[in-house]
Amino acid sequence: MTTAAWTHKDLLGLEELSAEELTLLLEQARAFKEVSLRPIKKVPALRGRTVVLFFLEPSTRTRTSFELAAKRLSADILNIQASSTSLTKGETILDTVRNIEAMKVDILVIRHSVSGIPLKVAKTAAASVVNAGDGSHEHPTQGLVDLYTMLEKKGTIAGLNVSIVGDIAHSRVARSNLWGLTKLGARVTLCGPPTLVPAGIEQLGVKVTYSLKEAIRDADVLMLLRLQLERQTQNLLPSIREYAKLFGVDREKLAWGKPDLIVMHPGPVNRGVELAPDVADGPQSVIYDQVTNGVAVRMAVLYLVSGGRPAKAPAAKPVPAHPVTA
Amino acid sequence: MQIKSRILDADAIRRAVTRIAHEIVERHGGTEHLAIVGIRTRGAVLAERLVQAIRQIDAAEVPLGLLDITLYRDDLTTIGPSPVVHQTEIPFEMSDRRIILVDDVLYTGRTVRAALDALIDYGRPALIQLAVLVDRGHRELPIRPDYVGKNLPTAPEEIVVVRLAESDGTDEVMIAEREGTS
Repeated sequence: MTTAAWTHKDLLGLEELSAEELTLLLEQARAFKEVSLRPIKKVPALRGRTVVLFFLEPSTRTRTSFELAAKRLSADILNIQASSTSLTKGETILDTVRNIEAMKVDILVIRHSVSGIPLKVAKTAAASVVNAGDGSHEHPTQGLVDLYTMLEKKGTIAGLNVSIVGDIAHSRVARSNLWGLTKLGARVTLCGPPTLVPAGIEQLGVKVTYSLKEAIRDADVLMLLRLQLERQTQNLLPSIREYAKLFGVDREKLAWGKPDLIVMHPGPVNRGVELAPDVADGPQSVIYDQVTNGVAVRMAVLYLVSGGRPAKAPAAKPVPAHPVTA
Repeated sequence: MQIKSRILDADAIRRAVTRIAHEIVERHGGTEHLAIVGIRTRGAVLAERLVQAIRQIDAAEVPLGLLDITLYRDDLTTIGPSPVVHQTEIPFEMSDRRIILVDDVLYTGRTVRAALDALIDYGRPALIQLAVLVDRGHRELPIRPDYVGKNLPTAPEEIVVVRLAESDGTDEVMIAEREGTS
């Protein structure tokens, strides 16, 4: 059992967390997982708190998972999507956030296509900010879900061989995993076409290979990333077909690895591109365990950030009874 | 924290647990539909001991549950950082059970209030009774125990320290003076 206490107002990335804080989050997720197995899947911990789900990029899993997590903690929820906001009228994101905050909300969960937006918001907001994916920077709750799932399936993170395969360059999931895994002592191998693996990333303490066979051979965990088809406009790949042939995983290629190798994918899956259906739905796949664990992990995050008030946080001002006349 | 006096030693705690186990079996005319649920951390230890004691009295295996009440506390908005949540384990069907809720010290009653809410989220028990090792008074809610190891009149500035072998290495109950009071 860890003795670390959570003192952060926000969760912006796994890069800034210590190994102890990561361990605390994962241990708390285990306690919260039990809530979803009860007949009444609700606890009163965040009663009276308001959680805003501010998603400016499409999402199914992450948004619904955050929404369920908040509901199971008895928080109230506000869903805001880009198409329905004044952002379409030209309001800046910081103005929109300031207006939402003026309505006294407690936690802002933000997804945005630009890296660093959650950090920018967190600097001025009194509310807690949780990053639900910003550009190619980080997706910390997905990273935690992946760490938790590995811990659940393998019993430990330290010493695990984890291979992450695919579009490393554009992947915020890969980046969050990389920080989390290296801090907790896993051995990380990154694999993909050279155009999709950033040069010099070895400096972060990971191995790089361009051979899928090498990535699979000694791995305990094989994590495939979605080929971000919407970002493939820069001629980084000769063709999707060639990518599928060289880096897509099917039953035959999976057989290069250990029999107890587990296959993960943060979703959504491009079936037949990075992952063949017989692997995605096969016995080694833990893709749906990742989705189940998503709710527990996000409950733990919402619970911890709502108590994480460093001393410097501004105190709530009392409501004046009357306008003051000097 | 300054220890003032020792109230119960290991033998006294063992006798209290055995007596409560007898009372439970007697009052329920056996062990049918019974389940013992301990509040983490020391209530859970005592609950395990009660299950053992009942096994010796009645040769019956009563199901054991462990309850963490952190998420049901009424002071979550006023304290910080968020206290660590431990796992709740209720490995039996709650509906129509006779639940004996177990804690080490009964004081304001707020922990028991939280535990009652938590229990009812698992279903509708036939009844819930409360067993405590020490009742020290000063209730802030209308809650009373059904089985008591030791009634211990205390002053609000005193602390009741319970140590149990499984969690603290030794069995004893003591009264101590809070820091900063004379």
